[in-house]
Amino acid sequence: MTASILFFVLASVAIAAALGMLISRNPVNSALWLILNLFCVAGLYLTVNAEFIAVIQVLVYAGAIMVLFLFVIMLLNLSVLPDLKRIEWRRIIAFIMGMGLLAMLMFIVANTLDMVPDPVTLQVAAETGSATSLAKVLFTQYAMPLEVIGILLLAATIGAVVIAKKKPV
Amino acid sequence: MEITLNWYLTLSALLFSMGVIGFLFRRNAIVMLMCVELMLNSVNLSLVALSQSMGDTAGQILVFFVMSVAAAEAAVGLALVIAIFRDKLTIDVTQINLFKY
Amino acid sequence: MDLSQAYSMMMTDLGATLFLLIVAVSGLVLVVFDAFKPRHVATPWIAGLALSAGFVIEMMSIGAPEGLAWYDMMRTGGSAAFVNSLVLGSGALSIILTVPYLKKIGHNIGEVYAMILFATVGMLVLGAANNLVTVFVGLETMSICLYILTGFVRSESGSTESALKYFLLGAFSTGFFLYGIALIYGATGSMEFGAIRIAAEQSAGVMFWGGVSLLLVGFLFKVSAAPFHMWTPDVYQGAPTTITGFMSTASKAAAFAALVVVLWKALPAERWADVLAVFAVITMVIGNVIALSQQNIKRMLAYSSIAHAGYVLVGLASGSQAGYSGALFYLMVYTIMNIGAFGVLALLEWDGKEGSEQTLESLAGVGYRKPFLGWTMAVFMFSLSGFPPLAGFLGKWAVFAPAIDADLVWLAIIGVLTSAVSAYYYLRVLVVFFMKPEGENSPMAEHSFDIPRSSAAVLIACVVLLVVFGVTTFALDVTSGFFAADTVTQFLG
Repeated sequence: MTASILFFVLASVAIAAALGMLISRNPVNSALWLILNLFCVAGLYLTVNAEFIAVIQVLVYAGAIMVLFLFVIMLLNLSVLPDLKRIEWRRIIAFIMGMGLLAMLMFIVANTLDMVPDPVTLQVAAETGSATSLAKVLFTQYAMPLEVIGILLLAATIGAVVIAKKKPV
Repeated sequence: MEITLNWYLTLSALLFSMGVIGFLFRRNAIVMLMCVELMLNSVNLSLVALSQSMGDTAGQILVFFVMSVAAAEAAVGLALVIAIFRDKLTIDVTQINLFKY
Repeated sequence: MDLSQAYSMMMTDLGATLFLLIVAVSGLVLVVFDAFKPRHVATPWIAGLALSAGFVIEMMSIGAPEGLAWYDMMRTGGSAAFVNSLVLGSGALSIILTVPYLKKIGHNIGEVYAMILFATVGMLVLGAANNLVTVFVGLETMSICLYILTGFVRSESGSTESALKYFLLGAFSTGFFLYGIALIYGATGSMEFGAIRIAAEQSAGVMFWGGVSLLLVGFLFKVSAAPFHMWTPDVYQGAPTTITGFMSTASKAAAFAALVVVLWKALPAERWADVLAVFAVITMVIGNVIALSQQNIKRMLAYSSIAHAGYVLVGLASGSQAGYSGALFYLMVYTIMNIGAFGVLALLEWDGKEGSEQTLESLAGVGYRKPFLGWTMAVFMFSLSGFPPLAGFLGKWAVFAPAIDADLVWLAIIGVLTSAVSAYYYLRVLVVFFMKPEGENSPMAEHSFDIPRSSAAVLIACVVLLVVFGVTTFALDVTSGFFAADTVTQFLG
């Protein structure tokens, strides 16, 4: 019962925060709403016993990525974008496309009841989500993608520095 | 009421669609980037829920990689936004489309 | 598993993927080297030698039997080695063309070469992937490096803007790709290609097919197939020309190779022919028709590359072993043609607005002033439009013939008709180059268009390869041996 209440509270706050991000006119508010959403999702990870991912979520997403966003927004001193006078067709199209996608995804989810293999017990799930079991596969089975991700992060760092530099070299 | 896997998948689909709508809806490049982060984040929720219910680690390893990719994308995207802003003094995507059909 | 045992296994795997190690380590070395000796003359040499060394290694292992490495994350030998050597060769040729180009436009940045190497690492991982995790990691490494390469050279503001457009749309498509992976994972419980096929053959429900369609959207975006092609013209026009040559060939080859392997190894094939055929038709028609009205040559080549993605999709739509291997052969031919065409355009570029825009009028009569560039361009244009005896013809045959065998005659007819249309805009370039007189005060009059020896050698090599692959069929014979494993016959029979 407690688990159900926890899920519903976290899920509704996550949805509300995502909605807040979409409709905030000020980018700083959007970023803060997104941080709230990321925290709620981290809480949801805990409800399925994925402790390691939950911690990483807070550290990497809410801690590092969103701070970078806020830093750039404040660095550029962005104000609210002015209103457009004409009717924006792209907004209407966006809404229709988004709703179509949502309907498709809901249809998929509604049809998955029989698809998903039998859920494992709580102990097995807690075992799977622990840092130890993840590290074991990450550094053996997935060692190659891990190395490539290292290269990706290095390339992104260098690229970001060169692109954001004031003068072309 | 029992919270099953489908609740997590439904929430994930909802958040993903909100990210998609936001991406198409907003004109501010930084907010569009945030919407992409929301989309990736909602997929992560699906992956973690599926992986935990199957007792298989592969899904969570992918989440780990997705987070790294999201960080890299944020760094590169924000650098591009800074470069554009320096040039045009705006990050409204409807204002900075130089090339047309 | 014991850790020491795991590490000894990894040492053998390092040997099997030595080319990847060479390229990645050289990229890291370049970053450090460039920090201490900026703009050193050796920087492009290191990059070029690394790619060439990898190319030689992979060329030699094309004949090797297909195998798996890194806990079944990567495929080695056979078709994987073929795609790898395609990517590495394209990278090496692009670096040779890039050196004089960057000097000419005054942006000789050492990081460009490191970034090309990192992008190549991503493409190699993507092209040889055997697991959706590896596909995702390779795809993102490639894409992020390409976003950076597009926005790197800021001589004009168009570069950064096209990079932002590429980035936003690319990141958006990544979301769909990833959701597709998540749904497939949920439906089959695995991300390894073989395991996905086994699980899907037992029970493939809505979740699986929804996942596959989202995955397909991500792939079609990366190979710039219509209707997901919107970024292509802007990015190809905005990026530095030789880099455009690199990304239009190598990234397309790697993404198509991954798509072929997914279709061949991970999916039960029967349902996909019609869907891919529809996308192939849309792509061929949109690419060729819009290319007709383009005045800017780089934009025209961008739409032509969309059309060529459509031809490759025709091969995939046939769903047979001949179709898949024909697609790989076509990608090789396309790589050679496009590297050459963009190489010529890079040599014909000059500083200033007209110089970087390269409209057809501004280049009128250039074939007489620079006969070498004019004639090599003629070869590339004839090959792109598919005239025999050049390799473009054999390539089209390699993708259209399997479609006819697979009862997709209408698709092959549309393909032939649209490539007949394409002859108009390819030959118009030659008409402008050779038959129009140079304007009175043509802006290019004061430019001499020096041809560095290295670039000339690359262009000649491309021409020779096109002729050789067009009149002999040994390359076609090599590729037609791919994808012949028993897994294919299993569902065909």
